[in-house]
Amino acid sequence: MSKNNPFKQSRRSFLSGSVVVGVGAMASGSVRAQTADPLITEPQEWVQSFGDGVDATPYGLPIKYEGGVVRRNVEWLTADQVSSINFTPIHALDGTITPQGCAFERHHSGAIDLSKKNYRLMINGLVDTPLVFTYEDLERFPRENHIYFCECAANTGMEWAGAQLNGVQFTHGMIHNMEYTGVPLRLLLEEAGYDTTGKWVFVEGADASSNGRSIPMDKALDDVLVAFKANGEALRKEHGYPVRLVVPGWEGNMWVKWIRRIEVTNSPVESREETSKYTDTLSDGVSRKWTWAMDAKSVVTSPSPQAPIRHGSGPLVVTGLAWSGHGRITRVDVSKDGGKTWETARLAKPGERMALTRFYLDINWDGSEMLLQSRAMDENGYVQPTKTQLRDVRGLNSIYHNNCIQTWWVRENGEAENVEVS
Amino acid sequence: MSKYLKTIVFAFVVCAVADPTLADKLGLGRAALPAEVAAWDLDINALGEGLPSGSGDALVGEEIFSEKCAACHGDFAEGIDNWPKLAGGVDTLDHEDPLKTVGSYWPYLTTAYDYIKRSMPYGNAGSLTDDEVYAIVAYILYSNDLIEDDFVLSDENFLAFEMPNAKGFVVDDRETTEYAIWSDVPCMKNCKDTVEITMRALVLDVTPDQVGVFTTDVVAGVVEEVLEPEVESPTLDLKLVADGEKVFKKCKSCHQVGDRAKNKSGPILNGVLNYAAGSVEGFRYSRAMKAVAEGGLIWTSEELVAFLAKPKTYLKGTKMSFGGLRKEVDQIAVIEYLKTFSR
Repeated sequence: MSKNNPFKQSRRSFLSGSVVVGVGAMASGSVRAQTADPLITEPQEWVQSFGDGVDATPYGLPIKYEGGVVRRNVEWLTADQVSSINFTPIHALDGTITPQGCAFERHHSGAIDLSKKNYRLMINGLVDTPLVFTYEDLERFPRENHIYFCECAANTGMEWAGAQLNGVQFTHGMIHNMEYTGVPLRLLLEEAGYDTTGKWVFVEGADASSNGRSIPMDKALDDVLVAFKANGEALRKEHGYPVRLVVPGWEGNMWVKWIRRIEVTNSPVESREETSKYTDTLSDGVSRKWTWAMDAKSVVTSPSPQAPIRHGSGPLVVTGLAWSGHGRITRVDVSKDGGKTWETARLAKPGERMALTRFYLDINWDGSEMLLQSRAMDENGYVQPTKTQLRDVRGLNSIYHNNCIQTWWVRENGEAENVEVS
Repeated sequence: MSKYLKTIVFAFVVCAVADPTLADKLGLGRAALPAEVAAWDLDINALGEGLPSGSGDALVGEEIFSEKCAACHGDFAEGIDNWPKLAGGVDTLDHEDPLKTVGSYWPYLTTAYDYIKRSMPYGNAGSLTDDEVYAIVAYILYSNDLIEDDFVLSDENFLAFEMPNAKGFVVDDRETTEYAIWSDVPCMKNCKDTVEITMRALVLDVTPDQVGVFTTDVVAGVVEEVLEPEVESPTLDLKLVADGEKVFKKCKSCHQVGDRAKNKSGPILNGVLNYAAGSVEGFRYSRAMKAVAEGGLIWTSEELVAFLAKPKTYLKGTKMSFGGLRKEVDQIAVIEYLKTFSR
């Protein structure tokens, strides 16, 4: 039953191989070719005959050469696969939209199989009329489209105490960014006639964990979406098919998947997920709760440990992602010397509210070592802190909400490593 | 229309705009029936709203815990492997690597009731009676040395119980403690004198092997395709295998199969059929299982069926806290499924 992995290349054998390729590439970079390239001079199979006909893959998947661009997990993190997390391969993506098929998953009791036919959404509590909606009912409300990032509060959490995981997929991959189609939660609350004295909504999923969370009414009425499409197509099973909650800018745990019930209440439930988890313990033992908004953060995605430089010195595209749960990204700076000097990167597009922003810094790399960092700023003037700044305030025992500046040590051979600097 | 009536209509329109509860409705959805609300509205908040009437003590709780919870959380709520530890850790929150348990960290006892009632036991959520939940919560308190074993916990005294860390939380204060100090115009030049590398991830070496992650077709010759067709044994009943895969969902929270399988709270089940009992390397078997293994038990179809039907009757003292597969078709299907994984 096991699937054979088509890429049985070990990391070690790749690394030794890559050095040879790298040197070859460096040598030929600016040198005129000595022999004609057979890919150009010899007739190739694909030039003479046919490729696949239409319908060869009724629903297309990436070509086999991209087979390594997949979600990966860190097995030692959790006790069990059905209550676990994996990571988006952000080192290999560009632009800002995350394809659903490689967008990270986090389940508390596995991705359930729930059809549209069997789907029900209940709104109850402090409302005039408790209501039940079918999936078809939801599609009849006026709907909206918005691009938002969803970041797990634990993203970069394993890096609190020190540099641990050698790859941006693992240090920063608990994030995805999609265009959602859905109904504003406000409309559903209005349909049930919510009591304006109710200060909270409690939301829960249909899976065994139910993952209940309390959300302040102000946020619920502001921009929360009850979403059923992402990037134009139905949500994937692992992201809450057929319907999930989208809570812009706020920690991913609140984006309840397979959402089945929304209750208007006077007080928060103080559920497991909002007390024992997703709270931040400071060095004096006191813990912060209700730290919902994800602060501004950025990271260089390439070059990085999983995306080493293979072409040698010369033109190099340094790129990465920035985001803020408080609004728009307005600026990203990049340092090549571990934070001594900074230059402002180019934003691919102006920052959008609570969505990923792609940045580029196009440099002429001289082939010397770099300590690459990026630093995001949002529309509120907030500047992404260093790890030292964060630790000075919160201590070493925190797990969640780590938005520190990340450092990659890029070596002369183009390999990169996750490090911490003074 | 009289002047009086116009005034009323005007007042109504103003109301409708100002009061969101009177906003235009589309008439979608239907009224939820009381029985439907009762079936789903099970949450219990920190004020105790929603607590059902009932009671239980730690003595009863220990028995239930041992049968339904201990496989992951340990006999003494100490947690096995990476599974949550529920007891201990008091006074560690301001230490290095604090131990956060129900006793040391959770601010409200209602949270324990709410979570256990709705989401536990893992793999069989929502199957506990109200009294069983009271008893389990009592046992967790007892494991944390917070009550005596004969203390009867009930809806009457539940809220009176103050958790040790009840006052250990503050509401998000980042606005004053962080945002205020991290909003200066950032430094661009000569921001520090020296930069030293103080820690390296490669030294720790905890990153998973990333087979295939570096492969792209840019680097010629690196991708070595090994696409071997899967060979299914002709003797397998594939329909039964598929059924068995579904049945195996009940086993998955404790047992793994396949190439990457590891021992969890239950042993790996690759190649279990016709193999010696108690022989999976690295798994800590119960005394009972070790005894029958020494006695030469082989997991034939017949023995497996008997074990799966009623685990605790078949082998008193087994660690397997599973009620059993009652249906014969399920027993046979899951064995057929397990045949597809060899050692």
